[in-house]
Amino acid sequence: MNKDLSIFERSRPGRRGYEPPRPPFPARDPASLFPASSLRRTPPALPEVSELDLVRHYVLLSKKNTSIADSFYPLGSCTMKYNPVANEVAAAMPGFAWLHPFQDDAEAQGFLVVLHRLERWLASLTGLPAVTLHPAAGAQGELTALLVARARHEDRGEGKRRTVLIPDSAHGTNPASVAMAGMTPLAVKSGPDGLVDVADLRAKVGAETALLMITNPNTLGLFEERILEIAEVLHRAGAFLYMDGANFNAIVGVTRPGDFGVDLMHMNLHKTMSTPHGGGGPGAGPIAVREEFAPHLPVPRVLEHAGRYSLEWDAPKSIGMLRGFLGNSGVLLRAYAYLRRYGGDGVRSIAEHAVLNANYLRARLRGDWHVPYDRTCMHEFVATNRRIKETGIRTLDVAKRLIDLGHHPPTIYFPLIVPEALMIEPTETESKETLDAFAEDMLRIAREARENPQLLRDAPVTTPVRRLDEVKAVREPRLRHPCPNSAVVSSGLGSAASAGGR
Amino acid sequence: MPFLPHTPEDRRSMLAAIGVGNLDDLFASVPAQARLRGAPDLPPGLPEPEVLRELRDLAGRNLPVLDRPCFLGGGMYRHAIPAAVDALQGRLEFVTAYTPYQPEASQGTLQAFFEFQTMIAELTGMEVANASMYDGASAFAEACLMAASVTGRPRVLVSRGVHPHARAALRTATAHAGLEVEELPLAGGRTPLPRTIPADAACLALQSPNFLGAVEEIAPFCDAARGAGALGVVSVNPIALGLLASPGECGADIAVGEGQPLGVPPNYGGPSFGFFAARGEFVRRMPGRIVGETVDRDGKRGTVLTFQTREQHIRREKATSNICTNNALMALRGAIYLAFLGPRGLAEVASACATTAHVASERIFSIPGYAPLLEGPFFHEFAVRCARGADRVRAALAAAGIAGGIPLARFYPEFPDALLFAFTETNTEKEVDLLLGTLRSVR
Amino acid sequence: MRPNDRRYSETHEWAKPEPGSYLVGITDFAVEQLGDLTFLKLPPVGRKLRQGEAFGEIESVKAVSELYAPVAGTVLEVNAAAPDALELVRQDPFAAGWFLRIRAESGDGGYGKLLAADAYEKTLGAH
Repeated sequence: MNKDLSIFERSRPGRRGYEPPRPPFPARDPASLFPASSLRRTPPALPEVSELDLVRHYVLLSKKNTSIADSFYPLGSCTMKYNPVANEVAAAMPGFAWLHPFQDDAEAQGFLVVLHRLERWLASLTGLPAVTLHPAAGAQGELTALLVARARHEDRGEGKRRTVLIPDSAHGTNPASVAMAGMTPLAVKSGPDGLVDVADLRAKVGAETALLMITNPNTLGLFEERILEIAEVLHRAGAFLYMDGANFNAIVGVTRPGDFGVDLMHMNLHKTMSTPHGGGGPGAGPIAVREEFAPHLPVPRVLEHAGRYSLEWDAPKSIGMLRGFLGNSGVLLRAYAYLRRYGGDGVRSIAEHAVLNANYLRARLRGDWHVPYDRTCMHEFVATNRRIKETGIRTLDVAKRLIDLGHHPPTIYFPLIVPEALMIEPTETESKETLDAFAEDMLRIAREARENPQLLRDAPVTTPVRRLDEVKAVREPRLRHPCPNSAVVSSGLGSAASAGGR
Repeated sequence: MPFLPHTPEDRRSMLAAIGVGNLDDLFASVPAQARLRGAPDLPPGLPEPEVLRELRDLAGRNLPVLDRPCFLGGGMYRHAIPAAVDALQGRLEFVTAYTPYQPEASQGTLQAFFEFQTMIAELTGMEVANASMYDGASAFAEACLMAASVTGRPRVLVSRGVHPHARAALRTATAHAGLEVEELPLAGGRTPLPRTIPADAACLALQSPNFLGAVEEIAPFCDAARGAGALGVVSVNPIALGLLASPGECGADIAVGEGQPLGVPPNYGGPSFGFFAARGEFVRRMPGRIVGETVDRDGKRGTVLTFQTREQHIRREKATSNICTNNALMALRGAIYLAFLGPRGLAEVASACATTAHVASERIFSIPGYAPLLEGPFFHEFAVRCARGADRVRAALAAAGIAGGIPLARFYPEFPDALLFAFTETNTEKEVDLLLGTLRSVR
Repeated sequence: MRPNDRRYSETHEWAKPEPGSYLVGITDFAVEQLGDLTFLKLPPVGRKLRQGEAFGEIESVKAVSELYAPVAGTVLEVNAAAPDALELVRQDPFAAGWFLRIRAESGDGGYGKLLAADAYEKTLGAH
């Protein structure tokens, strides 16, 4: 049996896998319900498969993935820690999953308790009292926080502040979010220690500065040691300190951003709070802010009064909505279940062990691999190919060889300020044996680079496909499977099979 | 502690290898005055069975819509979900993978996206689709932003029939983008074509079926948009496309929608997914992840993320959008659902929805005190004017254990007495009868 | 040694004086830095450009670079073949892979401010 077929290639006209419920009333002729112009002319060329075909297809696909469930996944800044199975069970409970967002608050008290408690817990962990759970993902959380900060400036007559300072080590999402918020990014340099160059920051802060968007710990895995001074520089200039909380997992329970001068922050619940990444979402990107920003938070807000919970949709100074409905409630529920397991007495151990594991791996690798900022790191650290550079082996080759050795590679070529970077984040849920095995394989790769570099250049060879031609994917785009009975109406300006046109 | 594997001996030897005395030493870079003394204010941790028991109790305080009469819609609907969708999407190989940056190790997710894109293209009749968006509302807002960027024009004309949350997301997204949002009013629940289209219009954006349930005439809008050098942006219900003309057939430039009806439970508002499709020429202007097919070194077929230079990690502040994640796992549900239904299953579900809604509408409007708000055709949802007041009708329905309808007054002050009812293939004759009986009983 | 019949910008474009106009393209160094080219966007004929103004974009799979006008003037002609034959740009960036022909509006369009070949090559040492 060919295990590499597309679902469309498994399709046979007339075959079916699903019967909808039997309709209670005799079917009406569509032509009697709708004008001819509103009726579909060509049916969509969807697959026609049996239930077994379908099950087999998706089980086979799942086996072509690497996941936390089967491999070490030290993808820096993505925090690929274990995702508790119980949280999936909880989210699937019909009492949660089958709650409709337009039900009365009285019918959703259980879910509203979860959301309200989660807001309070996130406030306790961040030291920032007002929380919204609305944003669908970290990037939307960033945009939300920027719009809230902007609204706050405008509300106090400081609307001219439109410049957002961003360290040059920041993730590309930061400047992209700034642009969407109608503001202008301005880069702040990193010093030789990998931290924000405070002198450069002082030189760039001014009457136009809205805020500094800082990732702390930063993308090199370093805590910004001068964070209190940085906060003071901004506050003295009338600007805000916004923290990208992508790396909050390194400090949760150890320190609270509100206690080191942060005014607003977002969190990625799929990172710190272990909600699954799902192949690229769904996430959730709550933001926590100081009280003065609370009136500007998106709607709806979750309210509690005398043990009754409700959603407040009207807030005159709110920035509004960024998505439909409340938020990714099902993801928020998983985060709730996760925090409930650790509790107030346990969350600190998340950060402690994430940092312990990262430093242990750094200590194991530093002999054979160049670690440009080689000192106590937080949850992750960056290594490079410098010590094997003369072999011509690039970081990409290292990553592909790691796949053959059974590990998902670290994040590569990021942060941009380190050439040929390997950004390694082991997370707290990995055992010492796993870390040791990865370290041994990294040392092996350093040796192979010198002794048998072709092995690295040929990698991977154990995967369903070998290295793929990404140039061809752009030059000769095929963005869908071709279907003989396609219902796509060609505009004549670019065909479905080759949609790259200009 | 849960999920932390180290033994005390592991910790000792690891600290020794690092060269520090204890765990606190690892946090020396955190300023002393900012360190938390004591535990954060959360209740103590609990073992798994106790957490699940607590959550079952909390779930029991909700009144879900799965096993009682439900006529709630407004963008999220109760459809039957084949058991295989849960089982297959729930595989941890899908659940616990990340964005497929290493394509050789992620062919499962990538191929699933590629097939998803194909299904969305077929459903919408459009040439290209991305690998999904956060939800329908944010997809709609991004579509209008894209139209403004493609045309270089600042004015977004949006029908008042578009989902109020999508219009709210659009307002938030455009607030500081130098764009003007102009609302096209409704007449008889539908959007009349504006007499003139301003020369600075970026797009005409409408939803069909719209929030009130009405099936709009999409094609004339798209024609008018094209004639004025603007784009036609259409938001659609994917189930309705089993019967109704696709955006592609109507000449749309961008088609978006809420994916929840395709195999995703309502999840109290999320997660679901949004879909986003467009004419082929716009592929470089599209937001979100796109998967393409190519070959490996041995010439074997495979899939990769492509056109990545559109994205924020490369283009930074000049990116088409700041979107990173794409609600992949929910889009996977959508793909499995569509593959399971096939063209015939989808048409049958659409037909059952429309038939039940039309039977119900005839019976509801034969009851004194209930009148239609819409003048034109509808699909599976319609607004009902209640002479005895929306609140009284709502109270009676709730007392009878019926979920729905949605009071329109919150979104449309001009319809203070109207309720919105939706019907799907899951509604039985008994449920419909209970609804009719309850409506009749309101005095 | 790169051709001496033209001058260079620090952003790796070149301008070659021809009768009544300048021919504009990018250097072999820029092409090499980008890697496999996938996309080129050029401006319409008639567009007025300031010196240093972005006039287009060139992409590889994972990088995108803006193109800046080395001289000020009006676009007289674009190399229509280039976007569909990016190998021209890769193989012959100094001749067949040219991008634009620009007519300087006043004076030399800032040509004199550009770098000579040897000075340009010195800037590459820093990379």
